Amino acid sequence: MATLHQRSLARLMVAPSVVLLFLWMIVPLGMTLWFSFQRYNLLMPGMEEFTGLGNYRYFLSDPGFWISLQNTLIMVGGILAITVIGGIAIAILIDQPIFGQGYVRILVIAPFFVMPTVSALVWKNMFMNPVNGLLGQVSRAFGAQPVDWLSQYPLFSIIVIVSWQWLPFATLIFLTSLQSLDSEQVEAAEMDGAGIWARFTNLTLPHMGRAITVVILIETIFLLSVFAEILVTTNGGPGYQTTTLTYLVYTQALLQFDVGGASAGGIIAVILANIVAFFLMRMIGKTLD
Amino acid sequence: MGAITLKNVRKTFGETEVIPGVDLTIEDGEFVVFVGPSGCGKSTLLRLIAGLEDVTSGQILIDGRDVTGEAPARRGLAMVFQSYALYPHMSVRRNIAFPLKMAGMPQAEQEKRVARAAEILNLGPYLDRRPGQLSGGQRQRVAIGRAIVREPSAFLFDEPLSNLDAALRVNMRVEISELHNNLKTTMVYVTHDQVEAMTMADKIVVLRAGRIEQVGSPLDLYHKPVNQFVAGFIGSPNMNFLGGATAARRGAHVIGIRPEDWVISRTEGRVKGKVTVAEHLGSDTYLHITLEDGNHIVARSPGEFPVTVGEELFLTGAEGRIYKFDEQGLAV
Amino acid sequence: MARKVTNTRKWIFTCLAWGVALLIFFPILWTILTSFKTEGDAVATPPKFLFFDWTLANYREVQARSDYFSHFMNSVIIALGSTALGLLVAIPAAWAMAFQPGKQTKNVLMWMLSTKMMPAVGVLIPIYILFQRMGLLDSRTGVLIVLMLMNLPIIIWMLYTYFREIPGEILEASRMDGASLWNEIRYVLTPMAVPGIASTMLLNIILAWNEAFWTLNLTTSRAAPLTTFIASYSSPEGLFYAKLSAASTMAIAPILIMGWFSQKQLVRGLTFGAVK
Repeated sequence: MATLHQRSLARLMVAPSVVLLFLWMIVPLGMTLWFSFQRYNLLMPGMEEFTGLGNYRYFLSDPGFWISLQNTLIMVGGILAITVIGGIAIAILIDQPIFGQGYVRILVIAPFFVMPTVSALVWKNMFMNPVNGLLGQVSRAFGAQPVDWLSQYPLFSIIVIVSWQWLPFATLIFLTSLQSLDSEQVEAAEMDGAGIWARFTNLTLPHMGRAITVVILIETIFLLSVFAEILVTTNGGPGYQTTTLTYLVYTQALLQFDVGGASAGGIIAVILANIVAFFLMRMIGKTLD
Repeated sequence: MGAITLKNVRKTFGETEVIPGVDLTIEDGEFVVFVGPSGCGKSTLLRLIAGLEDVTSGQILIDGRDVTGEAPARRGLAMVFQSYALYPHMSVRRNIAFPLKMAGMPQAEQEKRVARAAEILNLGPYLDRRPGQLSGGQRQRVAIGRAIVREPSAFLFDEPLSNLDAALRVNMRVEISELHNNLKTTMVYVTHDQVEAMTMADKIVVLRAGRIEQVGSPLDLYHKPVNQFVAGFIGSPNMNFLGGATAARRGAHVIGIRPEDWVISRTEGRVKGKVTVAEHLGSDTYLHITLEDGNHIVARSPGEFPVTVGEELFLTGAEGRIYKFDEQGLAV
Repeated sequence: MARKVTNTRKWIFTCLAWGVALLIFFPILWTILTSFKTEGDAVATPPKFLFFDWTLANYREVQARSDYFSHFMNSVIIALGSTALGLLVAIPAAWAMAFQPGKQTKNVLMWMLSTKMMPAVGVLIPIYILFQRMGLLDSRTGVLIVLMLMNLPIIIWMLYTYFREIPGEILEASRMDGASLWNEIRYVLTPMAVPGIASTMLLNIILAWNEAFWTLNLTTSRAAPLTTFIASYSSPEGLFYAKLSAASTMAIAPILIMGWFSQKQLVRGLTFGAVK
């Protein structure tokens, strides 16, 4: 439908975005890759030299790496389980005919708009603090010993905090998906004698399948980069207990100034994320046709 | 004035040839309908005339002037789209006035023309509404209004009635015909509905796979289809085709008999068949019949024809109303 | 859908849903309430829910002590600036891809999206070093540019999905009506695109406002937006609950309100059109 002139104009309009994104991602990524093969520490300038896979060997043999990888997987997996299962349950609940549905929606979605540093600090101090935190006060009221959540169950606490932030996202998307479920389909199933559970497993779940996949993939992408919540609550500790891959790269780079080692870690994180991204992209790509 | 001439117009999208080469003359003031099954290239042909698509090769002349490379707006044509394509953020008044505003017409003249169009199309009470607040038929009128204010040399309609319900479609059909009688401007109208073509056209162009199968007045096409495709496409219900021995007896590969050309009898006739479905419309009765040789046909009987399903009837094709086609499907 | 629902059933679900909703919302509510308490009331045992001496002192003190307003302005400038800049670059691109799609359009879109999938740590080091060399560390310009680039794929995608919903026949109609390219943009496209652009803008401001990887790593004081500023409360200062709450309330209130207005767009923007 386009004349030649229009097509070249179109190219011109797309060009700035392409160039910017290229400079923003591909060039630094190339630099990271380059650094990852170098011995390069900001505290020792002039000592740069090519070390081949040295940084990777160093990084992969560091027990901290394996712990952080494990932490990352537990954290992402835990949050996904909580938000997906909880999100489906809450979405179905809100989708029922209830009074004040709009207000319920507004309340449920709210945590998603809270900036990560705020939610982490509010949870850390006002809820999980064993002395003055609300949870501690409640357990004392029942005569129980208050729990110091962030030192006794640090990774679990992080999972709770981040789940609280992402539960609304999952709920909102599931709700959107539920509302696009054809009500005539549901009525047809009812006419066919399908009970509540049969309708849920045979109609609702398959209909939401796409939304569930999208939530899992997108959350994974974002959760692999969880950072602020760890920084302001536990600083990765105690020990390595809440150090994730992202956080490990950060400490390696900006606290120990080991550019080479951190770059190797960054590349590993990129590879991990790309495995997820590959599936996500294929799904989104289908919506383009 | 609005005489349109297409000279060997070709259109390809990449590798696929949509219009392999069309020659056509549309006289000034004519109502021409492009008809054909979906994908036959009728809309593409219209869009080529409009200038919304570039022709691959060939020429388009409007009143003798070569407009092949000209921008759509310069061609002096107006178009009514299938989706109406009204500007949703503008009032009806501004929608209709938009082409005039683009042409830089003085405000007073714009208002005068909009008022006149509103009067012709009964849009007066709706001028300050948004398209979203109008019914399908009203939107259709606005789209036509936007076309007529420009006083174009020809109107182009791209399946304009296909989004309306059946009753409204009949009304709009009549309104568009009346509009043509009043304005006497050339109209080129695309549809897949042969009833629209038959009722509105001065001249019908039947298209198949980008080729013109036949051009002629509605009754020309009805009485003298050049081939089996046109014969099957024009007329409702469709023409019945019979092959095999029945056709061979008349020296043809296939013979065609229109539903209205059967002589139906309870006692005697050339072929015998069983009624499977009878549709009683009051004015007519359509009988769906399975013949002894297994062929299914439809026969029309004027008025009421009391019949029960399963009843056996005798049928004879009316002499002189039997169409014969050869192996290539051409009429003989 | 006219389905029969018994009243009892409706009430039961209403109570359940409201219970869950309030539970989820509670931390925010608690923060807002605490921001109006004295430090003493904030840590009182048993906790005081509504019956305490309401005070605005915390808000005044937060501002006086840490120059809250300048950080708030940093957030505003960074969020609005990166959004405006992003739209400036993205609108023509999304426009061209929606209305003049070529053979490569789909690939370009997918590639843009793939840059969003790259974890930030993958490029943290080079960006940090480059910013250090260029003197962009702890500068509003630096963060603004990074956030703009970070969200660019989302902006382009959202706009693209909105623009694609504008029917092509309308554009053709305007061409038939004699509109020049400029008039087409001015009278037809822009008015139809504005709602989509507005929601894209809204979502992007929210994302930029709450971004807490780059802001934490690239700013320390001068250019620090609220994310970084609030993070400074992780030190013992954070034990002043009432002040922490006041600072937090101010930081989240504007975005909470904006967010409520953009729920629908949120789904579209964050799922790249895969769920509508």
